[in-house]
Amino acid sequence: MNREKNTLSVEIWRSNTDGGAYQAFSVPKADNQTVLDVVSYIQQQLDPSLSYRFACRVGMCGSCAMTVNGVPRWTCRTHVKRALGNSVTLKIAPLRNLPVIKDLVVDMDVFFDKWVRAEAVHHPTRSRHDPIEAVDETAESRRAANEAIECINCAVCYAACDVVTANPDYLGPAALNRAWALVNDSRDGGREAILRAVSQTDGCHNCHAQQSCARHCPNELNPTKSIAGLKRESAKLALREFFTAGEQG
Amino acid sequence: MISARLYILQRLSALIMAPLVIGHIAVMIFAVNNGLSADEILGRTQNSLLWAAFYSLFVVCVAVHGAIGVRVISFEWFGLRGWGLDAVSWAVFFSLAGLGFQAVFSVTGGA
Repeated sequence: MNREKNTLSVEIWRSNTDGGAYQAFSVPKADNQTVLDVVSYIQQQLDPSLSYRFACRVGMCGSCAMTVNGVPRWTCRTHVKRALGNSVTLKIAPLRNLPVIKDLVVDMDVFFDKWVRAEAVHHPTRSRHDPIEAVDETAESRRAANEAIECINCAVCYAACDVVTANPDYLGPAALNRAWALVNDSRDGGREAILRAVSQTDGCHNCHAQQSCARHCPNELNPTKSIAGLKRESAKLALREFFTAGEQG
Repeated sequence: MISARLYILQRLSALIMAPLVIGHIAVMIFAVNNGLSADEILGRTQNSLLWAAFYSLFVVCVAVHGAIGVRVISFEWFGLRGWGLDAVSWAVFFSLAGLGFQAVFSVTGGA
């Protein structure tokens, strides 16, 4: 009884030749214990072959995201008590919608390749020899960019997105959110290139606005709102091009 | 799977359909409340360019909107891809347009 009170029941996804299965562990409970603490304890004390990924431990690097009791979370800033809810077992699995490399480690290549496909990369307008461009913090576009800018690339939104599950080629909330930040950045010269890139067949127009990304984003960003902005601006561009082509033709 | 073009087409068709739906329901309520017989209704609609245009536009919007909606469902829920997905989308479009225009011609065509 006492032992049960002081230990935490944990199940962790382990890869094997058949794909994988959950393995049970018992971990000592602590007052202030994060999910990452639990995973680290298992790897350091119980089974050194467990693979997982982390770096900063303070919610900045975005590398420790996992599925905890069915919910995508940043594990370094998630307390065990909050993740458990009414459950008695902590169930930890790799992020959804990404290929698993081993145990809790997923391959992020697919995720970041989509940032490039969405043109969510900086398009410079000046060289290093020019003076630094001043940013008008009061501009409406700057406020929109600021709202979207604090993404830590953790892929929690990508794992939470049901559209990605249904269509693995869909660009996903993180890449589109970044694209929206750049569309609103006065220092970025690729506005039209971005809007064209996000209008591709598997682009922003596939979003159903279910808002799982906004619900689960650990930094409380709202990628659904960013995607709505992209839909609006890219539709305007497409209509403008349609009517301009008509005039020219 | 949905490009900007299809997205715009689906939104535009919805935008046009909204007042048409209200108009259609208003006409139905008017017809029922005033106890119009089928002959009396047809007497007003046959050879009417206005009603033919109203319901033709309605049918086009329904066919476009429905086809794109079914395309998304077929892709996400039934895993249809490539030519199969295009075939289903066009089949829904032509089915809805065919049935709709048949009704439009029946109601607004010559007596």
